[in-house]
Amino acid sequence: METLRYVVSRFVQSLFALLCIITITFFLARLAPGGPFLDEKAVPEHLIEQMKRNYGFDKPLPVQYGLYLGRLVRGDLGPSLGNKGFTVNEVIAEGFPVSFMLGISGLVIALLVGVPVGVFAAANRNTAVDYSLMAFTMLGICLPTFVIAPLLGEILGLKLGWFDVALWENSSAWVLGALTLGLYYSAYIARLTRGSMLDVLSQDFIRTARAKGVPPGKVLFKHAFRGGITPVVAYLGPALAGLIGGSFVVETVFGLPGLGQHFIKAATNRDYWLINGTVTVFAVLILVMNFLVDILQGWLDPRTRSNK
Amino acid sequence: MPRPFPQPTREGYLPDLTLFSLRGFLIVALLFSVSSCRDESKVDIATREKILLLGNGGEPKALDPHIVSSVGDANILRSTFEGLVTYHPENDMLHEPGVAERWEANADFSEWRFFLRKNAKWSNGDPVTAHDFVYSFHRILHPKMAAPYASMLYFLKNGEAFNKGEIDDFARVGVKAVNDFELLCTLDRPAPYFPDVVKHTTWLPVHRGNIEKFGAMTDSYTEWQKPGNQISNGAFMLTDWRINAQIKVRRNPHYWDAANVKPNGINFYPIDNNFTEEKAFRNGLIHYTYTTPENLIEDYKKMENTPLRIETYNGSYFYRCNVTQAPTDNADFRRALAYSVNQEVIVKYVTRGGQQPAYAFTPPSEDGYHPPDVIHYDPDKALEYLEKAGYASGADVPEFTIILNTSEAHKSVAVAIQDMWKKTLGIKNVKIENQEWKVFQQTVLDINYDVARAGWIGDYVDPTTFLGMWVTGDSNNNTGWSNPDYDRLLRESSLLSDPAQRYAKLAEAESILLDQVPVLPLYWYTRVYLLHPDVKNWNPLLLDNHPYKHIDLQSSKTVKEGAQ
Amino acid sequence: MHGQDAHATAQPVAAEKGSSLGRDAWYRLKKNHLAMASLWFFIAVVILCFFLPLAPGIPDPNVTHPDLQSMPAFSSATSMEGAEVYYLLGSDHLGRDIFSRMLYGGRVSLAVGFLATIVSLTIGVVYGATSGFVGGRTDAVMMRIVDILYALPFMIIVIILTTYFGNQLWLLFVCIGAVEWLTMSRIVRGQVQSLKGQEFVDAARSLGLSNWHIIRRHLIPNTVGPVIIYTTLTVPAVMRLEAILSFLGLGVQPPDASWGSLIKEGADRMASDPSLLVYPAIVFGMTLFSLNFLGDGLRDALDPKSSKD
Repeated sequence: METLRYVVSRFVQSLFALLCIITITFFLARLAPGGPFLDEKAVPEHLIEQMKRNYGFDKPLPVQYGLYLGRLVRGDLGPSLGNKGFTVNEVIAEGFPVSFMLGISGLVIALLVGVPVGVFAAANRNTAVDYSLMAFTMLGICLPTFVIAPLLGEILGLKLGWFDVALWENSSAWVLGALTLGLYYSAYIARLTRGSMLDVLSQDFIRTARAKGVPPGKVLFKHAFRGGITPVVAYLGPALAGLIGGSFVVETVFGLPGLGQHFIKAATNRDYWLINGTVTVFAVLILVMNFLVDILQGWLDPRTRSNK
Repeated sequence: MPRPFPQPTREGYLPDLTLFSLRGFLIVALLFSVSSCRDESKVDIATREKILLLGNGGEPKALDPHIVSSVGDANILRSTFEGLVTYHPENDMLHEPGVAERWEANADFSEWRFFLRKNAKWSNGDPVTAHDFVYSFHRILHPKMAAPYASMLYFLKNGEAFNKGEIDDFARVGVKAVNDFELLCTLDRPAPYFPDVVKHTTWLPVHRGNIEKFGAMTDSYTEWQKPGNQISNGAFMLTDWRINAQIKVRRNPHYWDAANVKPNGINFYPIDNNFTEEKAFRNGLIHYTYTTPENLIEDYKKMENTPLRIETYNGSYFYRCNVTQAPTDNADFRRALAYSVNQEVIVKYVTRGGQQPAYAFTPPSEDGYHPPDVIHYDPDKALEYLEKAGYASGADVPEFTIILNTSEAHKSVAVAIQDMWKKTLGIKNVKIENQEWKVFQQTVLDINYDVARAGWIGDYVDPTTFLGMWVTGDSNNNTGWSNPDYDRLLRESSLLSDPAQRYAKLAEAESILLDQVPVLPLYWYTRVYLLHPDVKNWNPLLLDNHPYKHIDLQSSKTVKEGAQ
Repeated sequence: MHGQDAHATAQPVAAEKGSSLGRDAWYRLKKNHLAMASLWFFIAVVILCFFLPLAPGIPDPNVTHPDLQSMPAFSSATSMEGAEVYYLLGSDHLGRDIFSRMLYGGRVSLAVGFLATIVSLTIGVVYGATSGFVGGRTDAVMMRIVDILYALPFMIIVIILTTYFGNQLWLLFVCIGAVEWLTMSRIVRGQVQSLKGQEFVDAARSLGLSNWHIIRRHLIPNTVGPVIIYTTLTVPAVMRLEAILSFLGLGVQPPDASWGSLIKEGADRMASDPSLLVYPAIVFGMTLFSLNFLGDGLRDALDPKSSKD
């Protein structure tokens, strides 16, 4: 029953947060100078005025806001100003599956690589294994995605020919994208895991377990792991949302039609409805992810369950 | 027997898996390299199937001829729609009959008659008639459509007035369908180059039934543009449109010249990032890149049988000056800036794309207009002008800023020029500022800058598309420059029908522009791109508007393996 | 014999010098050779970047020699204008000296990294600790605020801010710091929540210590582990974010450079000119490595659970 109350209360809070996000973004987007109708070849004044009238941008802002909320409630995110002929719903529907697939693959790689690396490093603290593993992760952290991505493209794609270098249809380039994201996040996860595993491993109950003769593997994974994984879980929330929200750099370098590009392009084009639409989708993702992560954290480490 | 405990901080808890995982990795790597040996690359398959794979720059904003304004969009529309006159595959100065099989003008080129062929059809079998063109011109000029490029049709008498809402009745605009297959255009000025103008995307026809099935004539958001819905009259039809991924067009069986259309289809790939595009080309994924990263140009030039093409393009790269505020309000100061830029160095070492240093604003055309030869690097002259402007030395010049929209290429040019001004004129206080794209456009529109980077591609091959911008109050002027003599000369030239006289008058006007230098000409564009040897009949064109139906694909692999 | 023993045992046992957490930590840190090496390296980098350019002989990083592009390291040449130049690490695509650009770029990156990290650290730790400790409705509200801020479109905000305030460097610190504190607060909150239930907190409470005191003196020091780790992750994130912002036209303006913008320029030209990427990336990487090992050492040194023996 208490869990149910918690779930409901989180849901209500999240809805309220979502409303705040939508509202703030709505007004923020219109504050940015320039507008969706400016182009390199100048458009005559009277045509810009007419365009504004066509989309209702000549009405006072609060009225526009109300109309927008009305549309939202019906699930209509509006037409896209930068991709004419498509509605925002269609644009997001086309981009989301791509980002989702990239994001989940990246997450799987990140966890499969990062957690074991972190655990091994912690278990073999201050040995050559530890140093070399940490050096490897530092590579993932120091080199930004806009360096790793083209590097992977040149080496794995062009020189070795294992994957296609770009494009989405009929192409294996998305694997390179997932690898880039995965390696990048795995570095963070490895470091966080190692750090907190070290903390946990130095605690008294671990000493007790060892003294009792519990085999080392079991000590590591059954006793230490649960507590050690907490910061990673806390980090996962935003990481997941970021992964699925899409990475602009990865999508641009490999030519993948995901959602990440739209965040930047919509802002650049001042495509108000697409900005709002993408931010809303991203916000829902974050709220859901954080909620799931909080639950996971509570289950893993009962001490963190939030109570008065 | 219990295992002895290793010291926890010194030795590992678990067996050393490093060697194991290394072996595993090697095995996986071996498997991969074996499995991915591909005999045929994507490009080879496409050549075999006669599908052109083209890199097309960014994602199109729309595929409605009356809404688009950029080159990438126009490329796609050129494949799906056909206008009265279309592009010649080898020479941009020649006019190829499109829907119109012939045309004639009256004595002073202010009235044009187009005679449409009887067998031109839409992709649903309907015949293309003169009424379609009247409807289309009506649509693009309609004020409610808010077509951004409607001004291209201001050639038509009363076109501007109708577009501005000053007159209500479209019948008063200078276009009429004399009968089903004859179109009469009445212009507001003589235009001997009118057939050139009607090649442009804005003059393309749309199918009335198609548009009105999905909404009103002036709705710009309807579904009619989507594949499956769209009815078009060009060599190809739209079959697939996936945002940021690809746009596919395939053979239109109803096209009047279908028998002579060589490719079976085209895939346009909207690859934004030019490095990605170049890698895709090297990887055998596309036949043609929209552009080439400038740091790779030298390497490609050195290749044997290089896929690199460098061709003159109808465009001008320049810097705008704000003539309404100091220090750029002083003409001598502007001259000093103009003459101290070493254009050769920029073209040779910075942009490296075979561009031509611009000695004027309008690019010269072989059989046509020759601009006056004025702007050349001359450091001594530049220093003289600086003195005349009232500065004892460059250090006295107040701070001013070059603004540009974010781009590596623009940045390199600006840094080089900033340094040239420092070295030649001794100016210490010149800054560079990056601005985000829309912020940049707004700043230029508001004339709120000192010096701003700019570029202009001509819509058709006539100098007025370059010189018309600098008329007082033109929406593309944005410098605050206004010169009554210049305006007058341009007006007078529009009344002349003899090309030689027109060009002479326009050259006079351009001399004024180059004397007052509200703009600093830098270089004339080239198209620098990579073309796969399989592509045939792809000829250098000044406007780079290739009519795709002539492009052929033949495998070039028989003699040699591709340059690796 | 007895006398000798008596003499031996009669020596007074030296009183143990009382020492604080700080002094203990410093002592432990000094014994960690890797961490100390990293500390010296980092100090060396900072000194080089901020002071070496004042020496004569270091060329101006913004002077271009377009005809001398992509020269190799240790080369000298004469430009077409007659200038004699010596390139320690070679030249870039506009003929500018790479070594000198790396020095000047280091100033910007180190300053941004340091300041933005301090901003995000301060806000994030205090906010997260408070939220985690207080719990209940306050925690929920505070975390929802973090969620809201996290979801807002960063690009638009940066565009608006730079339009109103201009392209200032301090704005960069603020923007970056304002983004990074969010994740930091979540991590700290998680830590604090798991610490909250432990006995020493109850003990502190039963002693009558105020909440604020508990947060400040007991909880925050115990979160030091993950916080330090995350800080060593934040500094590179900050420097990377700065590179991405300059890629979008904000932050450091041309012709000035930062390590991030140098790496970006190098990544673009990877296929034709690898040295433009390699040199800045190595320096960037080694600085971050050293920060990382230093962070590890600090964490070990500050760990209150480490016994003195």
